[in-house]
Amino acid sequence: MSERPVLPKPRPQPTPITRPFWDALREERVILQRCGACDSWVYYPRARCPRCLSGDLTWTEVSGRGHLFSYTITHQPTTYQFADEMPQVIAIVELDEGVRLTTTLVGVLHDELRIGLQLVPAFDHGDDGLTLLRYTPA
Amino acid sequence: MGLRGDACIVGYSEWKAERHSTVEPRMPLHAWADAVAAALADAGIDAHEVDGICCAADITESIQFQPATIAEYCGFSVNFAERLDLGGASAVGMVWRAAAAIELGLCEVVVCATVNQAAPPPPTPPRFDDRWVYGASSSAWGSPQAEFELPFGNIAQNCSYATYAQRYHDLYGWNERARAKIASDQRVSACANPDAVFFGQPITPDDVLASRVISTPLHLLEIVMPVHGGAAIVVTTADRARRTPRRPVHVVGCGERLTHKTATYSPELPHTPVGAAASAAFGMAGVRPADVDMVQIYDCYTITVLLSIEDSGFCGPGEGMAFVDAHDLSYRGDFPCNTHGGQLGYGQAGMAGGMSHVIEGARQVMGRAADRQLRRHDLAYVTGTGGTMSEQSALVLRGG
Repeated sequence: MSERPVLPKPRPQPTPITRPFWDALREERVILQRCGACDSWVYYPRARCPRCLSGDLTWTEVSGRGHLFSYTITHQPTTYQFADEMPQVIAIVELDEGVRLTTTLVGVLHDELRIGLQLVPAFDHGDDGLTLLRYTPA
Repeated sequence: MGLRGDACIVGYSEWKAERHSTVEPRMPLHAWADAVAAALADAGIDAHEVDGICCAADITESIQFQPATIAEYCGFSVNFAERLDLGGASAVGMVWRAAAAIELGLCEVVVCATVNQAAPPPPTPPRFDDRWVYGASSSAWGSPQAEFELPFGNIAQNCSYATYAQRYHDLYGWNERARAKIASDQRVSACANPDAVFFGQPITPDDVLASRVISTPLHLLEIVMPVHGGAAIVVTTADRARRTPRRPVHVVGCGERLTHKTATYSPELPHTPVGAAASAAFGMAGVRPADVDMVQIYDCYTITVLLSIEDSGFCGPGEGMAFVDAHDLSYRGDFPCNTHGGQLGYGQAGMAGGMSHVIEGARQVMGRAADRQLRRHDLAYVTGTGGTMSEQSALVLRGG
């Protein structure tokens, strides 16, 4: 077997299309793309609308509020880099605009977890200038 | 429209599922050729008749141009070459593509194979590949998964299937024993299959619920066991099938559906693309779910089977738990499901895991299932699921 380097925790690596989303998070603002052709909200950021394939997408600031759509409490880290976060509450959050995103919940008791729980952003600023959009109960 | 049923599975090969391989280590190309040679021998068809191949992404000797590499290595001249990238749905996807190509008249004998055997130790250490850490989750720059999933630890399959289970139970009720019963009923069948990795090891629903929770609400015994193995299938025309030794297994219906890679973006969670694939397959075959004699349902997790039973139309939305409680899913029961033990009981040999469902369907229809042979074995429903219920394929098979 060859050497297996210990990888750092995976971090986002923005592309030219997604960069504005990450820049806004650093300023504790949530922006989403909105389609000028069919009015859909878009998450994650991309080049064209996944409902109508229009390229007419405009960044729009939103509250970031949403509710818990589904979740799991991981008792075994999904990879070794997350051992320090055990147990993680990996969550699917549906924003008020109707789009869903993946996140982890912080500052939540396991026995208060329920589908529909109202959530607000918890901006997690990293040393690398990137901010993860985590969530916490409203 | 659709398949006419003029293409048939006429032979197959399958290595015994093994936690620790006892066969001589071999390179994937070598294993592929061995699996195909055994399946052709089973079908009584000569290698020179092969004019089509379906492979998956398991020929590690050649990242690109795999079908050409296989054709060259095996000495095949083919008119049809497919490399599938549908994860656990690849095997089902191979068989219907082979049948479609045969019905179009492109080719006459198609070999489909996937292998997951131990390779010999390499002469020089392989370059580190971060897939050793992230598995099938893409960490490449620009991958939406790398940017929006991996930083949160949403990696590999356990946590995604857990979110399906969590929302399903929250919507329809918390009967976790039904999920556990899927694992224990399938283990009854594994105990009738000497090739299964859990042969001779029965379990109860209580055992399943007492096993360690990996990612709520899923327990260890609800999750597949990776094994070494490999399998191949031969598909040919109904005409050529008449000159083979086995009962031909006609491919009479198929369906496929993909909508997302990551569960978060599934348009129908906790329901799945199985529904669209199943209704296409049953519609094409002109049969209803209640008509089939058996189901071989892709089972990477117990929840996969529960959702697939519902979405395929064997019962209504939310009725799957009561359905499982009311039926015996073992080979001796009234709803035979994964009569080889399923991957939960037989083991998951990489993408050959999905092959095990197709082969068990063919084996039962041919009447070759020995101690676990079903009395009624004319019509089989088979599914393949890839990723996180993201790639979905379905087949209906009928004995000739």
